[in-house]
Amino acid sequence: MASNPMYQFNVYRIGPEIKLGEVDLSFTNASLFMVFSSLAVLIIFNLGSKKNSLIPNKIQLLAELSYTFVSKMISDTAGSKAKPYFSFIFSLFMFVLFCNMFGMIPYAFTVTSHIIVTFVLAAFIFFGVTIIGFIKHGFGYLKLFVPSGVPVVLLPLIVVIEVISYLSRPVSLSVRLFANMMAGHTMMKVFGGFVISLGIVGGWLPLGFSVALTGLEILVAFLQAYVFAILTCIYLNDALNLHH
Amino acid sequence: MFLRFSQILLIYFLLFSYVESAESGGMPQLNPEFWFSQIFWLIITFGIMFILLSKLILPKISENLEVRKAQISENIEAAEKQREESDKKLKEYEQLILNSKNEAKNYFNKAREEILKDVDKKRESLEKEINEEVSKAEKEILDLKNKSPEKIRKIAVETSSDLIKKLIGVEVNNSSISAIVEDVSRKTN
Repeated sequence: MASNPMYQFNVYRIGPEIKLGEVDLSFTNASLFMVFSSLAVLIIFNLGSKKNSLIPNKIQLLAELSYTFVSKMISDTAGSKAKPYFSFIFSLFMFVLFCNMFGMIPYAFTVTSHIIVTFVLAAFIFFGVTIIGFIKHGFGYLKLFVPSGVPVVLLPLIVVIEVISYLSRPVSLSVRLFANMMAGHTMMKVFGGFVISLGIVGGWLPLGFSVALTGLEILVAFLQAYVFAILTCIYLNDALNLHH
Repeated sequence: MFLRFSQILLIYFLLFSYVESAESGGMPQLNPEFWFSQIFWLIITFGIMFILLSKLILPKISENLEVRKAQISENIEAAEKQREESDKKLKEYEQLILNSKNEAKNYFNKAREEILKDVDKKRESLEKEINEEVSKAEKEILDLKNKSPEKIRKIAVETSSDLIKKLIGVEVNNSSISAIVEDVSRKTN
């Protein structure tokens, strides 16, 4: 079963079974890596904020660079009104980034390669952004679906398209991250399997591919976390500064 | 880009072809057995991380950044102030040098004028003295010149009377001799 490229995505129980009525809430390998990721984020940024020296040491520099990177990303895409949401977007970016990066360690489990995890995050963002939009603009938020400068004849069609695209945001956001993670890991597993099955003679080519893919996947891991965070910022921008 | 796109297509294909057989293997992502567990632990881990980050860690980082920014701008301000001060001091110093140069020039000029005046005065008095001396000497010479023929005549008369006495042994009247001498001297002149 281990040669199945999808086997790496299996979730299994670690420790005792925890049941809340009918619902199974057991601690699994996925939960373990969620704990790892959030702990790693907390440890790194705690170390990076402990000492305040005028010339920062390496870990402080890392923490401060990440801070300014995310804060610049937010102010560039969503403006100064998005400042109260900084810590959420920062946590989101770091959580997704660390989950993706932990997945690059051999035999590790990739939390973000599960649609349910990315979908819960995306749905939370979708509902949060929609609620913020309605709080800030009331029913005026519905103007988002009526772009200005469109001929009246086309308006019904455009509104329908806009509504569909708005409703598909959580789906596209979650599937993008999940599919990228799963595709990359499956590909690596497939090429890894080729190395074994082709042996010492023919295995070198897929091995090279595997090495190249590892580099590519590390890039993708960062890029997808960035895309996830920046799309959140863009959705937030729609809700905060309503002009289409 | 194309590679990524084809990968995603493959995954979509896998996704939809495995939907029905999800529970019998296929994609573990579509097996709902642990969905609630994953949601539960996601909320717990992400929630704890979010709360700790937003309440404890991020404010500290932002404070650190602000403190550094303030410190740097303060240092820059102080440096600017010091530069201004040093500029001012430099100007003062230059003014001082200029003043002292002018003063030195004045002193020099004054001293030169005084010396020149002194020299002129001394020269004038010296010239006056010299002129006096010269005129005195000239007068003396003139006196001497005027007196000399008389004296020569007298000496000539005396010597000639002496000579005549020794040669001939006759006393001759002085007045006759002087007449002769006068005659001779008039001829020689």
